[in-house]
Amino acid sequence: MTSSPVRAGYNFAYLDEQTKRMIRRALLKAVAIPGYQVPFGGREMPMPYGWGTGGMQVTAAVIGHDDCLKVIDQGADDTTNAVSIRSFFRDLTGVDTTEETEAATLIQTRHRIPEKPLHEGQILIYQVPIPEPLRFIEPSEVETRKMHALEDYGVMHIKLYEDIAQFGHIATAYAYPVQVNGRYVMDPSPIPKFDNPKMDNSPALQLFGAGREKRIYAIPPYTEVRSLDFEDHPFEVQRWEASCAICGSESSFLDEVVMDDQGNHEFICSDTDYCRTRLAQQEERA
Amino acid sequence: MMTEPLLQVKEITKLYAANKGCANVSFDLYPGEVLGIVGESGSGKSTLLSCLSARLAPDSGTIQYRNRAGEMLDLYGLSESRQRQLQRTEWGIVHQHARDGLRMGVSGGANIGERLMATGERHYGNLRATAEQWMSDVELDTDRIDDKPTTYSGGMQQRLQIARNLVTHPRLVFMDEPTGGLDVSVQARLLDLLRRLVTELNLAVVIVTHDLAVARLLAQRLIVMRRGEVVETGLTDQVLDDPQHAYTQLLVSSVLTP
Amino acid sequence: MYVAVKGGEKAIRSAHELLARRRRGRQDVPELEVSQVEEQLSLAVDRVMTEGSVYDRELAALAIKQAAGDLVEAIFLLRAYRTTLNRFYSSEPIDTDAMEVERRISATYKDLPGGQVLGPTFDYTHRLLDFALLAEGEVEASNTEAVEARVDEAMARVSQLLEREGLMVNEADSGAEPADITREPPTYPCDRSARMQALVRGDEGFLLALGYSTQRGYGRNHPFAGEIRIGEVGVSIVPEELGFEVEIGAIQVSECEMVNGFTRLEGGEVKFTRGYGLGFGQCERKVMAMALVDRALQAAEYDEEIKSPAQQEEFVLSHCDNVEAAGFVSHLKLPHYVDFQSELELIRRIRTADAADNEEDRS
Repeated sequence: MTSSPVRAGYNFAYLDEQTKRMIRRALLKAVAIPGYQVPFGGREMPMPYGWGTGGMQVTAAVIGHDDCLKVIDQGADDTTNAVSIRSFFRDLTGVDTTEETEAATLIQTRHRIPEKPLHEGQILIYQVPIPEPLRFIEPSEVETRKMHALEDYGVMHIKLYEDIAQFGHIATAYAYPVQVNGRYVMDPSPIPKFDNPKMDNSPALQLFGAGREKRIYAIPPYTEVRSLDFEDHPFEVQRWEASCAICGSESSFLDEVVMDDQGNHEFICSDTDYCRTRLAQQEERA
Repeated sequence: MMTEPLLQVKEITKLYAANKGCANVSFDLYPGEVLGIVGESGSGKSTLLSCLSARLAPDSGTIQYRNRAGEMLDLYGLSESRQRQLQRTEWGIVHQHARDGLRMGVSGGANIGERLMATGERHYGNLRATAEQWMSDVELDTDRIDDKPTTYSGGMQQRLQIARNLVTHPRLVFMDEPTGGLDVSVQARLLDLLRRLVTELNLAVVIVTHDLAVARLLAQRLIVMRRGEVVETGLTDQVLDDPQHAYTQLLVSSVLTP
Repeated sequence: MYVAVKGGEKAIRSAHELLARRRRGRQDVPELEVSQVEEQLSLAVDRVMTEGSVYDRELAALAIKQAAGDLVEAIFLLRAYRTTLNRFYSSEPIDTDAMEVERRISATYKDLPGGQVLGPTFDYTHRLLDFALLAEGEVEASNTEAVEARVDEAMARVSQLLEREGLMVNEADSGAEPADITREPPTYPCDRSARMQALVRGDEGFLLALGYSTQRGYGRNHPFAGEIRIGEVGVSIVPEELGFEVEIGAIQVSECEMVNGFTRLEGGEVKFTRGYGLGFGQCERKVMAMALVDRALQAAEYDEEIKSPAQQEEFVLSHCDNVEAAGFVSHLKLPHYVDFQSELELIRRIRTADAADNEEDRS
C-alpha cells in the first residue's frame, strides 16, 4: 500500500467509525429513495458550515485506502477551498489525490459537474448549502416535508411561471430544480443549469451532503433526472458567444475573467482539468 | 336527475368546549344546490365549514362526498393526500380574508394558474390564456395579470380568489363570509357576480354568513345555527319569511328588510 | 443581601469589590496589560470599536479588560465614554476606492484586476485546536515577504464594473447630509443613511442571525459576495477657517458589497440589486451580515413582499442595538416589588371570587 500515515491522534478520515456508519446508513436510504432528503445527525467539522461540511462528511464516510480523490470548487482544482479540502483528506487519510477526472474514484465538488463524462464506479459528491428546492417559496420545513410527501409541487411551476411573465425566460440559472426518477423534486445544489443534463442517466453514483441543514440525498447510477420546465418554454442550457481563451473550447462552461478596470474581459474554462487536457492534446497534435 | 346527494353529513360534532364548536349537524347537499349556514359569530358555523371541507377532523360523525367518478368517499377515511387532491380539483374554498386564500407574493396570473399547474398543466401559453379568460369572467382588468394581489383593492382580491378556485371547474365550493369586510357597493357587485357564476357553472355551494341579505340572495336552503347547534332548517324564503324558532325570529327582526 | 433594601449601598460596594477581584483572577498570574489586549485580541478590539462607535484601539482594549472580556459590556463602556466627548468636526466621506488593501476577495469573478488577496484570514484554516499555543511557544518569526506583499496593480471595483455595463442599480452620493441617530432618534420608515448607521452599531450576532435567515428563505435576496475589502483609508476634514481638506489620519475598515438578485426596475430595465456593509477594523462577518440585512431592508423599494423578520425595518432597527437590548433585558433584575405586589393582590382577589362561586354552585 502506498498510502502515507494518517495525522497522529485522529481517526482515518477524521470521523469516528460509529459516525461513519451512521452516515452510510443514511446514504443507503438516500440511494433507495432517489431524490429524497434523508435527515442525518450531521457532525461539527473543522471547517465552517457552508464551506462543504456536508460533502466532507459524505466523503469521509465512503473513502477507503484504495480510493483516489479529486476535489473541485467552481470546476477548478486550484481554487482555495478545493485546495484546503484536498489537503485535509490527504492529511487525514493518506489516500492518493488527483486532478484528472477519469483517474478519480471519488470527486467532491462544489457548484460544478466535470466536463469529461463520468464512468461506472465513480462517485460524485456534491456540497449542498440549501437542500430544499421548495425553500424559496415556502420557508417552513414542516410545510415543505408535507409538500414532498403529498407530491404537492404546483408551487415549483409558479416560480417558473413568474419568471417567464416577468422576464420572458425562466430566470433560474443555477440550482435549477429537477425531478428525480419521476417522483421527488430535488435541488441539484448550486451547479449552473448548464450541468443539469449531465445528471440524467449518469453511470456514476451521485451523493449530496448538506452539513448545516443535516440532510443527505442521492441519485443512483442510470436514474432519470428531468429539469422542470414548460412545454412551450423548454429547459435550455447557457451558451456563450465566446470560446475559452486558453484551449478554445466552445462547448464547456466558461468563467468570465476581468482584464482591466475598464471592465474588459475574457472567458476561460471553469473546469481546469478539461482545459489542461485539451491543451495537452493540441500540443501533442502540433 | 338530482337523486344522488353530493355531500352527506351525518351527526357531525366538533367541540372545543361546551357550546363552542358544532354538535350533531346532519344534512344532504345536492349538485347545483346552494346551502346557507347562518348565525351570529361564535355560533359554530365556521367550525362546521372547516369540518366539511376536510380541514378540521370532527370528534364524531361522518361526511361522505360523491366524486366525479360517482364513488361515495368517506372524507376522513381518506389519506391527507387524497383530501388535498379533492381540495384542489373538485372543490373550492373561498376565505373571508383574501390573503388567506391567495399567494400574496406572486402575480394574479400565477394565482389563477396554480391549481392548473398543481394538476399537471405544463403549457405556459395555455396557462396564460386561461388566466386571462378567468380574469375577465370575474370582471378583473386583464392588464393586471402580472401585478401582485397586494396592489389590488379588497374587492379585486376577492374576485381573484374566486377565479383561482373556479379555474379547475370545481363541483363544490365552500365560502366563508365572502363579502365580509367589503364596502357595501363592492359587496353588491360581488354578490351579483357570485350569483351569476353559481348559475352558469351549476356549482354546489356551502356558504357561511352572518348577513341574512347575502343568504337570501344566494342560498336556496338555510341552516340556522346557535351555540353550536342547528335550531332551524328549511327553504330560504320559508325560514326568513316565517321563522319558527325564537332565535331565528330574533335574527330576522334585527335585520332591516329593504 | 439583595432584600435588605436599606443596606443597599454597602451591598453594592461589596459586589464591586468582588467583581474587581474576579476580573483580576489569581494573583500569581501576571496582570493583563491593555496593550496586550490591543495587540493580541485585536479582533475583539475591532468589534468593540465598530459597535461602540469610537475608533480608538486603546480605549476599546481598556473597555475589554475592564469588562473582563464581556464584549457587549465593553461596547457599552465605550458608548458611555463616547457621549462625554466633544464633536469638533464631521469628517469628509472616506474613499474606499483608495484603500491601502490588505485583503480583497471577490466571489463573483475568478480573477479580476488587482487579483484575489487573501490577507490575514481564518478562512481555509482547519479548525483544529493548536496545542502549541497552549505551551506558550512563540510562533516562529513570520515570513515578512508574505506580510509585506502589497498589490501594485489598480484594483477595479466589482460594483463599478457591473454599474458601467448597466447590469447593477446605480448608487451615487445624493449629497444630502447623512442622518445621525445618536443625535436625532430614528423615525420610521427611515433614511438609508440612518439605517446604515443603526446597522453598523447593531449587534453582530443579531445581524448575523437575520442575514442567515434571508439565506434560508425568510426574505431571500440571492446574494453574491461581489467584493470584500479590508485595509486602511485616510480620514480628512475641511476646517471652516481653512476651506480645504486636511488629512488627519488613517483608519482600518472592512467593507462588503453584495451583488443581489436582479429585478425589473420601474423604468423597465433588469438589473442586479445590492447591499452594503462597513465596519471598523477587521470585521468581515459583521459587514457581510450587514450587507445582507441592508438588502433585505430595501424590499419596499423593489416592491417585494415584506413578510420576513429581516425585511421589517422597524423590527430590525429598533432591536439591533445590543446596548439598548442588554439594558432592557437586564433591567428585569431591578426590583419590581410594587408592580408585582399589585399583580399579587389582583390574582388573589380573582381566585377568592372563583372559590366563592364554586362554593355557591355546589350548594
